[in-house]
Amino acid sequence: MLIALMSDIHGNLEAFSACLADAEIVAPDARIVVLGDFVGYGADPNAVTRLAMTRAAISVRGNHDEAATGDLTGMTADAAAAIAWTRSTLAPDVREWLSKLPLEVEEEDRLYVHAEASRPTAWRYVMDADAARRSIEAAEARLTFTGHTHVPVLFGLTATEKITRFRPVTDVPVPMPRPRRWLAGVGSVGQPRDGSPAACYAIFDTERAELTFRRVAYDIATAAAKIRAAGLPDRLASRLSNGH
Amino acid sequence: MGFGLIGGSASRQPDLMHRLRLTEGAVIGGFVVGPRLHRGGMALIHAVTHPDHPGPLVMKVPALFEGEDPAAIVSFEMEQMILPRLHGPHAPRFIANGDFSAQPFIVMERIPAGSLLPRLAHLPMAAEELAPLGALVATALEAIHRQHVVHLDVKPSNILLRESGEAVLIDYGLSHHDQLPDLMEEEFRLPYGTAPYMAPEQVMGIRSEPRSDLFALGALLYFFATGTRPFGDPQKLSGLKRRIWRDPPPPRALNPDVPKALQETILRCLEVDPERRHPSAAQLAFDLRNPDQVVLTPRAEKLEADGWRATLRRRFNPEARPVFRRRLDEGAPPPAPILAVALDLAEAPDPLLDDALRVTLRGLLAIHAGARIACLHVLRQNRLAPDTSLNPEGQNKHVNRLVALRTWAAPLGLPEGRVTFHVLEAIDAAAALTEYAKANGIDHLVLGARPVSIKRRLLGSVSAEVAMLAPCTVTVVRPYAG
Repeated sequence: MLIALMSDIHGNLEAFSACLADAEIVAPDARIVVLGDFVGYGADPNAVTRLAMTRAAISVRGNHDEAATGDLTGMTADAAAAIAWTRSTLAPDVREWLSKLPLEVEEEDRLYVHAEASRPTAWRYVMDADAARRSIEAAEARLTFTGHTHVPVLFGLTATEKITRFRPVTDVPVPMPRPRRWLAGVGSVGQPRDGSPAACYAIFDTERAELTFRRVAYDIATAAAKIRAAGLPDRLASRLSNGH
Repeated sequence: MGFGLIGGSASRQPDLMHRLRLTEGAVIGGFVVGPRLHRGGMALIHAVTHPDHPGPLVMKVPALFEGEDPAAIVSFEMEQMILPRLHGPHAPRFIANGDFSAQPFIVMERIPAGSLLPRLAHLPMAAEELAPLGALVATALEAIHRQHVVHLDVKPSNILLRESGEAVLIDYGLSHHDQLPDLMEEEFRLPYGTAPYMAPEQVMGIRSEPRSDLFALGALLYFFATGTRPFGDPQKLSGLKRRIWRDPPPPRALNPDVPKALQETILRCLEVDPERRHPSAAQLAFDLRNPDQVVLTPRAEKLEADGWRATLRRRFNPEARPVFRRRLDEGAPPPAPILAVALDLAEAPDPLLDDALRVTLRGLLAIHAGARIACLHVLRQNRLAPDTSLNPEGQNKHVNRLVALRTWAAPLGLPEGRVTFHVLEAIDAAAALTEYAKANGIDHLVLGARPVSIKRRLLGSVSAEVAMLAPCTVTVVRPYAG
C-alpha cells in the first residue's frame, strides 16, 4: 500500500492541489494522510480544509488548527495575525471539523502526529537527535510520521540505540528497514522552509518500507497574491518564493 | 573483513531470534539452498536456485553465531540497502532481499570467475599485466562512484572478473551511499575496513570520500607490483594511523622492474591527502591505460621512503599534519571529467575554428576544476598500405603530429598532467574517435565542424557520425560565421 503523507498545508490551496495532483500521477490510489496545520498563514483555509475532508483518509490536528478553533497563544506576530484573520474567515463546518481532529492516529506500525510525540500538545519541534530520540522512545509504533518543522528529515534509532539523522534526497527512496525505528519529518506542502520553495510531501510504501520525498512546483504567484489581497502580513507572501 | 574495531557497545540487539538453518535442500523465500561456498567473519554464502530466476545465484546471510558483533548486522543492512540500487556490469546483479523479521538474506547473481585472491600466490605481477588489471578495477570504481557509492573495502577478495572482462566489486557491507542514511557511520566510532588497504581519512572515520577507494586500489597495486604490502597488516588503531605520517618505500626500491610511470601512478594513489590523488577513478584508469602519457614527477624517481626529518615533521608538527575534512555540502563531489578534443591537423589551418575550439574548452575547464583533456588527432591510413608507423616516414609523421598537438594546446596554459596527446592511426576517423572515447572513458568529446562541401554532403561528416555513435556528450564547434 502507498501512503501520501502531507503536512503543514497552511491554507495554501495552490500547493495542496498540486501535491494531490502529483500523488495521483506517481502514486495512484495512495491513501492521503494529512499531519496537521491545514490552516494559518495562507489565504484559503476553508477551501484547503474542505478539500482535505474529501480526500484525506486520516487527518490529525496541528497547532495552527488548534489556535484557529480554540485559544492557543504564544505564536509569532505574523502567525498570530494570520490566526486572527483565519478565525474570522473560517466557515462553521470547517471550524467544527478542525476542532474535532485527533492529536494522533496509530495505524499498524505507524504513528501519525503533528509534532514531537512524547507530548503532542506541547507542539515541540523535532529538529535534533535528542528530540527525535524522545519522540521515538515515547511512541509504541515503529515508524513515526510528523510535520511541524517544515523541513524534510529522517531520524533512525540504530541497533545500538544511537540516532542517525539524514537529510533525504528528492525522489530517492530511503529504506526504513525493520527492526529499526524511524521518525520522518515530511516537510511542508504550503510553506517549505528548507531553502526550496517547491511544495514538499512524502510517499511511504508499506510493503517495501521505503519513504520517497517529492518536491512539486506550484503556482506560488497566485498563492502569494491571495495572501496579500487578504491583507495578511507581506512576509507570509514573500517567503513562499524563498522557501524559508 | 580483515579489520574490525568496534566503537559502540551493543546495548540492545535487534531481535535476531529463531533463525532458519541454512541446510542444503532447505527452501528460504522461495530459494532452494545449495552447498555453502564461503564462510567469512561477517557472512555465509550459499549457492541457491529459484525456478523464476535462471542462472547461478548465491545467497548471503549474516554470520551471527559468534561474538554478537553488531557490525555484522549493520553492515548487512547497509548491503541490503545499497546492492538493489546498483546497476551495470561492475556490481553483482541483485535478485532479492530477505527481511530481518524472518531470515535476513541477500540473493544475487553468482559470478563464476574467482576473485583476485589466488593471484597473491604469484606476486609480483608484471606491469604489463598489472596496469590493465588495475585499469579494469578503476573503471569499476568509477561506475559505482557515479552511482553515489563509495566502496570502502577494495581488496583482492572483493574483486572478481567476469568472463566478458569487466571487474566486479562485491561486498557493499562497509560502503557509503551519499543519498542514503549511513548506518555504519552512526553506529561505530572507530573505522571499519581492511587494514592493509584502508585510506588515512577512512582510518580517521571519514566515510564519504570516493578517493578512499583510489588509495585502497593503490595499496593493492603496490602489493601486486612488489609482493609486499605497503603498510603491512596492522592489528591496532595506532598501527593503522602510522600511514598518515609514514610513507612506504617506493615500489621500484623493492622491484626494479616496476616502470617509473607505474610507480608514479601507485604513489599518487597512496598520497595521504585525497586532494593529491587522482581526481576520479576514471582519471586513474586513464593513467593505467596510457602509461606513456603519465607525467613523471619526483614520485617516479624516488628510491627511498622519506627521511626521518620529513616523517617526524609530518607526525609532530601540527602545520605539516594532514587535515581530513568532511565535505561541507553533503552529496557527490564535483565531477572531474575527462575531456577530449579531436583536431584535424591535416586540412588547411583554420585559425577561427581553432580559437572557437579553445574557447569551448576553456569554458569546460572553468566549470570543472579537476578536468583533464586528451588532445587527439587521427592520422588517416591508406587502405592499401596501412603500416606507415613502421617506416621512417610514417614515424616522422606521427611525431610531427604530436608536436602539432602540443603547439595547438599551448595557449590553453594547462599544467602537465592535465593534458595528454594522442595520435590515433586509423582508416576511419569517426570510428577511431568513437572507439577511443569508449575505451578511455571520455566524458565529453569536442570537435570542429568543417564547412559543408559536396563531398561531405554525399559521404556525411566525421563530426555528425561521431555525434551519433560516441558513448558520451559530443560538442561540435563551429566558428562564428559573421
